[in-house]
Amino acid sequence: MTTNATPKIAAPVRRRGIEAARARQAVLLLLPTLIAIALVAGYPLYRTIFFSMFEANLTNPDQRTFLGFGNFWFTTSDGIALGFLQDPKWWGAVKNTMLFTVVSVFLETVFGMIIAMVVNSAFKGRAFLRTAMLVPWAIPTVVSAQMWAYMYNDSFGLIGRGLLGGQALLANTDSAIWALIAVDVWKTTSFMALLILAGLQSLPTDMYEAADMDGATKWTQFWRMTLPLLRPALLVALVFRSLDALRVFDIMSVMLGNVNAASTSMTGYARQALIDNQLLGMGSAVSIAVFVIIMVIVVIYVTAFRVKFD
Amino acid sequence: MVLKRTNPTLYYLQRTGFYLLVIVITLYLLVPFFWAVLTSFRKSGDLFLPPAQFIGAASTFGNYIDVFANPNFQKGLLFSLLVAVGSVVISLIFGSFAAYALGRFKFRFKSGVLYVILAVSVFPQIAVLGGLYTLISNLSLYNSPLGLILSYLIFTIPFTVWVLTSFVRDIPGELEEAALVDGASPLQTLFQVLFPVMMPALVTTGLLAFINAWNEYLFALTFTSTNRTVPVVIANYSGATQFDQPWGQIMAASIVVTVPLIILVLVFQRNIVSGLTAGAVKG
Repeated sequence: MTTNATPKIAAPVRRRGIEAARARQAVLLLLPTLIAIALVAGYPLYRTIFFSMFEANLTNPDQRTFLGFGNFWFTTSDGIALGFLQDPKWWGAVKNTMLFTVVSVFLETVFGMIIAMVVNSAFKGRAFLRTAMLVPWAIPTVVSAQMWAYMYNDSFGLIGRGLLGGQALLANTDSAIWALIAVDVWKTTSFMALLILAGLQSLPTDMYEAADMDGATKWTQFWRMTLPLLRPALLVALVFRSLDALRVFDIMSVMLGNVNAASTSMTGYARQALIDNQLLGMGSAVSIAVFVIIMVIVVIYVTAFRVKFD
Repeated sequence: MVLKRTNPTLYYLQRTGFYLLVIVITLYLLVPFFWAVLTSFRKSGDLFLPPAQFIGAASTFGNYIDVFANPNFQKGLLFSLLVAVGSVVISLIFGSFAAYALGRFKFRFKSGVLYVILAVSVFPQIAVLGGLYTLISNLSLYNSPLGLILSYLIFTIPFTVWVLTSFVRDIPGELEEAALVDGASPLQTLFQVLFPVMMPALVTTGLLAFINAWNEYLFALTFTSTNRTVPVVIANYSGATQFDQPWGQIMAASIVVTVPLIILVLVFQRNIVSGLTAGAVKG
């Protein structure tokens, strides 16, 4: 639908004038947003890239020495490795974040699909389940992390003491990462289920009636009809969830503390360098690495699956 | 149902299996929250009890009384409210201007602007943490709610612009054409014609942005030292001594900050689902 009703042949000059005026108005309307984005996203991102090539202290950024890529990779003449890419702890954080992302997003998609299919079918108590679905999603991440930290506690917890008989799940980073995945899956499965449910409800029902008539089993219907048709909705949900999972920090920070968060989350590692150790240059370099890793994954997703956002 | 007549045993077996699945899902979704609510009403001495006795133990409001008497928590609630409302109001004003321009106007670089906004909304927050920290301390906004409001715009503005744009596109064009013919300026059209129609969208978008701002942790932890928001207060809640975690109070504080959100989400259920899918699925 075009908003401009002026006939084209009658007054071409005037029409161009109106369009130019509309374009100017549009720019004015966009200006506050663009200025705000430039101030809180553009400028800080530029500063982060800038400082990633310097050695600088957070409290006194003006005193800095240029290092080039020394924050990323540098070996002194004595053979001491200073770059974070040479730090096994960084690669541990990368490994744990990837494991966290792949496993939790996979489980959320599967559970979200199951819950969405159940809520989408007719049964008594459907409205209640639909409402119950929103509860974990509405709970702040920090709160759900504390709730689960309490359940994992080895002397009081429902899981830690009740199910595992006093095992401290969070004490060891290797087992802790699985405990953290469980928290994330619990919290965000409902988000996945909501998005999948919206997709399911837009599918035509007569298609399924036809498939029933032709004798296709529910199983075949799911793999041959539901899943292919849900693909676009599913992929967008998957991209957004993966991005969220890759920048995870709060769950680690609350349940393991900031020190252990640095060895389990990429953001945690960057934040420790930047804020706790006050190394503005090093922290910025790590932040840029996290940024690049996430952007590369987005590009892979978008090109591999041809995700369309609009 | 054909199966009910041809093979009643299999039919009832299937139905039973299905309802078992429903029960398992409901328990999975609600038990952790239920357990937190229960704990918030138990004395700290009863936390050691085995589950069956713990459920039956005497209830107390003590944890809630302690939590509300805690000055850090009181201040946290105030600051959280201030920061979330501040950033949401700014985002809704800026965002509705931008959404009107993006949804209704034709101009060069429109898809470029849309892509920039989408890119910022998927930005990892850590990428700007160092830059924002120096910006905020240069503006002397460290530890001030204003600093947090400013930094929260990085995720509230792209979100509101994105969702509102898809709503604006769905508004029939006749409304606005009538206003244009009557000689209304774009701002008059926006405020007097589109705003009333967009009200449900503004409420939904505002609510979702509010939830995001209310829950934010990384910036709040980094840009404040004493003027904490509630997520940071809850994450660092400590008891009388350093060694015992006051779980009852932590759970009570958690319930206090969660229940308003759950009520809002349940009241606006339908709008929320449409708001979430507007940006993502329908697109």
